This record gives sequence, structure tokens and C-alpha cells, in this order.
Amino acid sequence: MFNSYESNTLEYDPELCINCGMCSIVCPHGVFSPNEKVARLVDPGSCMECGACQLNCPTGAISVDSGVGCAYAMILAALKGTEEVSCGGDDSSCCK
Amino acid sequence: MSDIITLSTRSEIRPANSDITFEDHMDHIKARWGVNRSSHRVEPGLYALGSPAPDSQVLVTANYTLSFDKLRSSLKGIDCYILVLDTRGINVWCAAGKGTFGTGELVHRIKTTGLYDVVNHRILILPQLGATGVAAHEVKQQSGFKVEYGPVRAEDLPEYLKTHKADPEMREVHFTLPDRFVLIPVDFVKVLLPMILAAFLLLLVGESLMAAGIVSAVLAGAVLFPILLPWLPTTDFSSKGFILGGLVALIFAAFSFFGQASGWLRAGWVLIYMLVLPPITAYLALNFTGSTTFTSVTGVRREIFTYVPVMGYMFGSGVLLLIILTLITIFGGL
Repeated sequence: MFNSYESNTLEYDPELCINCGMCSIVCPHGVFSPNEKVARLVDPGSCMECGACQLNCPTGAISVDSGVGCAYAMILAALKGTEEVSCGGDDSSCCK
Repeated sequence: MSDIITLSTRSEIRPANSDITFEDHMDHIKARWGVNRSSHRVEPGLYALGSPAPDSQVLVTANYTLSFDKLRSSLKGIDCYILVLDTRGINVWCAAGKGTFGTGELVHRIKTTGLYDVVNHRILILPQLGATGVAAHEVKQQSGFKVEYGPVRAEDLPEYLKTHKADPEMREVHFTLPDRFVLIPVDFVKVLLPMILAAFLLLLVGESLMAAGIVSAVLAGAVLFPILLPWLPTTDFSSKGFILGGLVALIFAAFSFFGQASGWLRAGWVLIYMLVLPPITAYLALNFTGSTTFTSVTGVRREIFTYVPVMGYMFGSGVLLLIILTLITIFGGL
């Protein structure tokens, strides 16, 4: 109750990990931690779905339905009927 | 001869320093208050900070003045190159989310600035929060440059540059009171006009207490909420906002309760305050999710589906009741 952030779309397949360490470097919330053989998913609950780990994983071991966690942008997109939700539009940007 | 050709195809390297002038400060204040929002831009391209040599580091940033100025002022006494990407005047984090601070623009900028001839190494240092838009392995593949993600905050750069290793603390985003505080004006100016209009309309029909209530609910959502964020109970921004807005509403409901003559009217006004004010604060609170660096899309979507209908029904029925009661009061039905 009153926690919409308990689960998210982050998925990690250690089988594909080559232990390059990128996910641990790019994550600003310490979701991944470097380990001896493969990266370890230590704090999945803190994931904000920014997608940096997925984008920087060279083997596609990580998948996350990433996007901008901004209600203003999402409501605006819903009202306009557009699919794309992003910050920083050319005129009425929500974030700077 | 070949030197001349290389030089002529290479775009100019602009000089930069670490000083923040009075004009820079004024520009920052305007940016924070949303004045000419998209005009706080730096010309994209290559900059020389101090007097860099071919083996000097190359740091990459966005062409938003606040981003560029934060970077160069954090590098006092360090000679290096700064590669400014064209993010249309938007900060690294937001531009990376949008993809303008991205692999494509980075590779394009490396090529158009002739960086290959300026430095004798192939390493770029990017802000960690740019990783949302940049795939390091693809940059390497497309340009030959190795992307190194530096710390989240520019002020940690001098420390980072000594070892090229960031400790976990440098990799972690914070959302401290000062961090939240500087974000208040830009959201506040957006709600200022609707707030003044609503208050003015209510004053016209003689509802001064309601006008004050609306102003208070907006201030609670846009100013108080960002400050109190970590201390408000529950996790969801909307529920936190409902709690804060509920407290504001209670104050006005109490004022109204003791100020009305008829018991019938008393109940009506208490209901109006409790219905109209909390959703205003809650809605503004929900919108603050976009200013944070920790709310996930999945969570925000869930919040919208859970709370926005409630906000709509509460506000709608409250306003309807307000109109009815105001008409009754004006035309003296009771």
C-alpha cells in the first residue's frame, strides 16, 4: 500500500555476463555489484529503470523497460496521444 | 602541407577557463527560474581549458550553461579539453534520457571537431549520468575512442582524475536538501499564473478564504513538498502529497467551520476544503517525480493509474460543490 515502486522491469541473465563491470560503473543506485565471475544483482529494488546498464552491456545480459520516470511527461504524452515520453522538449520542456 | 589540410578541416578550438563571472551567475539564476528556458546554451564543439597538450584528458558535457559551467569550474588548475555535445541546451541527465546526449551525437562531434588530430590518445571521460544515452562499446566501435564514465558529480573530478577510479560514493546519486531546493523555482513559475488566476476569480466572488486555501495548497505542493520529501510518510509521491495537502486543508476547514453561521453550510465548506485542496498538492507532488533521480517509469505509471482518477474525482466534486454553495451564498438562498 502506498508504494508503487516495489517492483520494476529489470531482468538480468548472469549466463550472458562477461564480467566487464560496466553495469556496476554506470548504475547510480548500486543495483549491480562487481564480483569474481559475473556481475551480481545486489539491489534490484533501487532500480529507477534509466536503462544505462542495458545500453552499456555489450552482451545483452540486462533488459529493462527504460524510460523517463516523470509523471508530467507521461500525463502530457497521454493527453496528446503520443507514444513517446521524454523530457526536454524543444519548447515546453519539463526538465532542465 | 598535410598539416594545413588537417587544420583547415578541423573546426576551431575555443578557449575556456574555470572562472564563474557575474554574468554566469545571472545566467544560472535565470535558468533556475525558467527565464528563456531553451536559451541557456553553450556553442557545441571543442574547448581548451587552460593550456592543454596532445596528451591531455578530454571531458565530455552537454551544451547547457549550468552543465558546462559546473564542469569547467570544477576543473580549476587542470589543463584539459572539453567536448561539448549539442543537447539543445538541456542538462546531461535529461538529454541522455532523451538520447540527445547519445552515442550518435558523441561520435558525430568527435568527427566534426577533428579530435583525432588534437589529442594523441583515444580516451574520453563522460559524466556517469550520461550513460543512459551512450553505449560505450558502440562509441569505441564507431570512433575508436574508449569511453570512461567519470563520477556523477563534477566536483569529484579532480579526485577521480588522479586514479581514474571512482569509489562507490562517487557513483551514487544523491537528492539532498540543496539539490531539491534549487529545483523549486522552475516548477513554481509554471504554476504561478494558474494559481493567481484562480485566487483572483475566487476573490471576485468574495471567497477570500478559499483563495488563500488554493494559494496555500499550491505553495505546499510546489515549495514545501520538495523540501519535506524524505520526511513525509509513505513511499508514493501522490500519497505524500495527499498527506501534506490534507494538513493544509484541515487548517482551512477549521477556519471555515468556526466562521460559518449555519451548521448546514459549515459541513458543506469543510467538505469543499477537504475535497479541493489535497488533490492540488498531491498532483504537484506527483509531478515532482520528474525532478528526481530515483523514480522508475513502472512506479510512476502505477502512481498515475492509482491516484490521478482519485485526484480528478475529489477536485471535480469539490469544485462543483463550491460553485453551488457560492451561488447559494450570493443569491441568499439560506
